[in-house]
Parts: sequence; structure tokens; C-alpha cells
Amino acid sequence: MKDTILTVDQISLAFGGVKALTDVSFEVERGAVFSIIGPNGAGKTSMLNSISGRYRPQKGTIHFDNQDVTHLRPNARADLGIGRTFQNLALFGHMSVLDNIMVGRHHLMKNNWLTGPLYWASPAQKEELTHRRQVEEIIDFLDISHVRKSIAGTLSYGLRKRVELARAMALNPKLILLDEPMAGMNLEEKEDMARYILDLNEEFGITVVMIEHDMGVVMDISHEVMVLDFGKKLISGLPEAVMADEHVRQAYLGLEDDEQLQEVG
Amino acid sequence: MNFELLLQLIVNGLIVGLLYGVVGMCFVLVYKSTQIVNFAQGEFLLVGAWVCWAFLTYFQLPFFVGFLFTLCFMAVFGVLLQMIVLRPMIGEPIISVIMVTIGLSIFFQSLTKWIFGVSPQSYPKVFDTQSIAIFGLNIELAYLMSTIIAILIMAAFFLFFKYSKHGLAMRATAFDQQVAQSLGISVKQVFAMSWGIAATVSATAGVVIGMVNGVSDSLSTIGIKVFPAVILGGLDSIVGAIVGGVVIGVLENVAEFFDSQWLHVGNLYNIAPFYVLLVILWFKPYGLFGTRDIERI
Repeated sequence: MKDTILTVDQISLAFGGVKALTDVSFEVERGAVFSIIGPNGAGKTSMLNSISGRYRPQKGTIHFDNQDVTHLRPNARADLGIGRTFQNLALFGHMSVLDNIMVGRHHLMKNNWLTGPLYWASPAQKEELTHRRQVEEIIDFLDISHVRKSIAGTLSYGLRKRVELARAMALNPKLILLDEPMAGMNLEEKEDMARYILDLNEEFGITVVMIEHDMGVVMDISHEVMVLDFGKKLISGLPEAVMADEHVRQAYLGLEDDEQLQEVG
Repeated sequence: MNFELLLQLIVNGLIVGLLYGVVGMCFVLVYKSTQIVNFAQGEFLLVGAWVCWAFLTYFQLPFFVGFLFTLCFMAVFGVLLQMIVLRPMIGEPIISVIMVTIGLSIFFQSLTKWIFGVSPQSYPKVFDTQSIAIFGLNIELAYLMSTIIAILIMAAFFLFFKYSKHGLAMRATAFDQQVAQSLGISVKQVFAMSWGIAATVSATAGVVIGMVNGVSDSLSTIGIKVFPAVILGGLDSIVGAIVGGVVIGVLENVAEFFDSQWLHVGNLYNIAPFYVLLVILWFKPYGLFGTRDIERI
């Protein structure tokens, strides 16, 4: 039997008369890298926002880890283990990199304002050390230790993307939602990011659902691909199978035009 | 020139300024975490001072017990206010929310007048001696206590924001509510907490000022006076609020000095801070410590 971590069932989402999503269903297997592709305005980010809780779909259910999360608030879903990054960078620009990542850690801390001040005499110290160690692990993993004290807003774009990923990882998520992790990057940064995604998937065992436009990357690292078009699911399956599909070529990849061009040429 | 008077006034200004700073911090706290400019800030002082007065006179509690009860009451008061009145306003245009706080201000002013009457009341004696002399300056004991309390509160604020997880959550929420939620922070809790803290800490200032000047309607004008202090400091900077508070406090008293010695305008101390505010905003539109946008070129 398949071990699914996320089950999206018949989700429909509309903003007034605009149907962002119509009856979309899919399942994500535990430990998979699942990519959502589609043209602009296809509803990819709406899908991600529905999973993270930012939007409430009018119809349908979402199950995460065998639990119905359809009506949970975003912060409750984060507590259950759904982390995310944003399409437009959303770091806390005036905080240091370390503080940014510690915010992600925040919900895992058990000590409160009563035990906190008794730092030396309470479990707070041990807890802090454990969290620090895990945060350090993430920082090492993403090679951002050289900027840990920098103010996040002053970093380069590629680095900020990495810090944002680090912050999402600090939640200790079981599932991580990445909204265009490679947008606006150069080739080298893209390759790095692809490697990080693969590693966090394999080493940390985090299931990945990502939106990405770079088809090369999507083909390389995804276990499964879903195509959305005008808020509807076109197809999902193995990357090769999806690429070979006639509808996908028409809707998204535009290969048909190329072939026609070749014929003319 | 009467230097002794000037020195005395400057010291008074510093002490009162620290209290402005404390109230200003509450203002900044609410603004930072909820983006609301709270025009009912002064009424927190008013309500707190009256409630404490009621505990001390009607229930005849010893001062520190009554004071502690007041703080508990104000914490609940602030949280309930946020939950009942302001939570439904989340997502509404910010200007509507500000109008609501102006409404709250009028409401609580009238309510306290209705319950406690319009005439000023004084607190039962807390200290045996009213004032002590330090370096030849007369300092009210209550003010001395207020200075200590103000510094303690400021230290607590600093530690809270720097090191506690709730402080971190508040800073994160202030920056971006959506992102904060995605990281498991309950925005509702953070909002309720910041209003609770603002009400409690403001009430402390209200009680202290009430001890010296008596409890009356005029306490709520502190809320307006703090406004230039906060703008001066940069609206979203806690340090700025303290510095702004002290500057305004000293300015007031120095203006009073010049007024009484030479100018004889009368009430110059009321408007001087606002003139200074105007001039400073000419040159530093973000205030002295306000957050500038980080820009990468």
C-alpha cells in the first residue's frame, strides 16, 4: 500500500467569479519530491496556499498525515509539520540571519517566561542548546554560516532564498512547500539549490512539494509531476510520462509550435 | 538666571520623560505588532489609575497589594479589549481601526467620569515622607519609585524582545503576519499579548503619576503628549520611544522655565514639544531611530 503524507481531495477555490482551482485531487507519497507545473495563472500558488492554510477552499478536503487539516489555521498546520517558502522573498529583512532561523524554531520551544529566566536551573538551557545545535546543522547544511550574523535584508538574492529555506527547515517539517525556489537565480545558484532540495529530501527525509518553471530541474529531481492549467489538473505521473503527454505539450511546453516550425523550416 | 530652578526642572523633566518613555514603549509595542496607532493609549493610564484608586479606597487594600491587583486587572482588560473590540477589525482598513481607538478613548473617558466622578481624587498616603533631597534637589519619593520602575520595565522590554520566544514571535508578526503564521506563530495570540502588555505597563505609569498629581481626567492627555515623543523616536523603535520620551519631558520643563522667567506666554510647555517635533521631522522624516527600508542597489 502507498504511504501517502498528503491527500488533496476535490479542492475548489474561487475568488468571486474567478475560479482559481476546480476539483483538483492528488496524493503525495511520503518522502517524494512532487512538482507542480503549469502556465502563469494556472493556480499553482493557490494550490500551495490552500495546503499551507493561507486560503480556505470552498469545496474539498485536505488530509495531512492522516489528519483532516482543511479547517485548521496556518499556524496550526505549521505546528503539525508543514513548512513553506514564498514566491516573493519574505524574510524578516531587519533581523539577522540567525534570528530569522530561530523564529522558525520558535514553535518547538517548550520553555516559557517562567522557566526561561531560570535559565541555568531549568531545562531551558538544555533545550536552547539542542535547538542551537539543530539550527547550526541546518546552517552548515545550506552553507550559510558565513552570513549568520548579517542582516537578512542586505544579502544577495540567492543567499536570501537559501536563508528562507533554512527558516522553513528549522520548523522540523515533515512536508515542505517550495514556491519557485529557483526563480531569478543564475545557473550555478540553480544547481546548488537543486542539490539542497535533493539532500533535504534524502538526508532529512522531508517530503517536498514544489512549484518550478525550470523544466530541466523539474525533470531531474522530481519523482512525480502534476500539471495544472486554468485551475484544473491536466495530468500527473512520472516526469517522463507527463512530458510525453500531448495535452501538456499544447498547454505548457508549446512544443507543437516548434514542430510546426521545423516542418515549415 | 535661576540655575537652581533650571536644574530642578531638568531633573523633573528627566523623571517625567522616563515615564513618557514607558508609555511610548507601549504605544510602539502595539504599533509594531498590530500596525494600529492606538489613540486610546492615554485611557489605559486613566483606567489603571482609577482602578488602583478604587482598590485602595473602597477596598482599603495596602498599596502594593492593590497595585498588583490593578496590574492583573489591566492585563485582562487589555486582552479582552483586543478580543472583543479589535479582533473583529482584523483585515479592515487601518484607518477604520484607528477611528475605533479614538472611539474607545472617548468611551473610556466618559465611563470613568460616570463611575468615579469629575473631580480629581488623591491617593491615600503611600510613603511617610513626600519628598527627599538629593544633592540639594527636592525629589518626590513617588517619582523616585517611578524612575526605578521605569528603568526596570525598560530592561524587561529589552530582554523580552531580544531573548524570549514570544518577543521573537512579536517581532516576526510585526514584520509579516502571513509569514509568521507559516512558521507556526498564532497571530491572534500575539495581538492579544501586545494589548495586554501595553495596558498593564501603561497602568503602572498611570498609577505613579496619579500618586503625585492625583487621579483625574488629565491623565489621558499623557496619551497625546506621548505622541510627539513616539514620532520623534521613529514610531517603530522601542529605544526611540524612550529617547523621545526623555527629550519631550526635558523640553517641556525647559520651556516652562523660559516661560516663567522671561517670556510669560503661559502654557508654553504644552506646545513646545510639538514645535520641536515639526523641526525634527523636517530633517529626519523617519524620526531619530525609525526603521529605514533596506535597499540593495
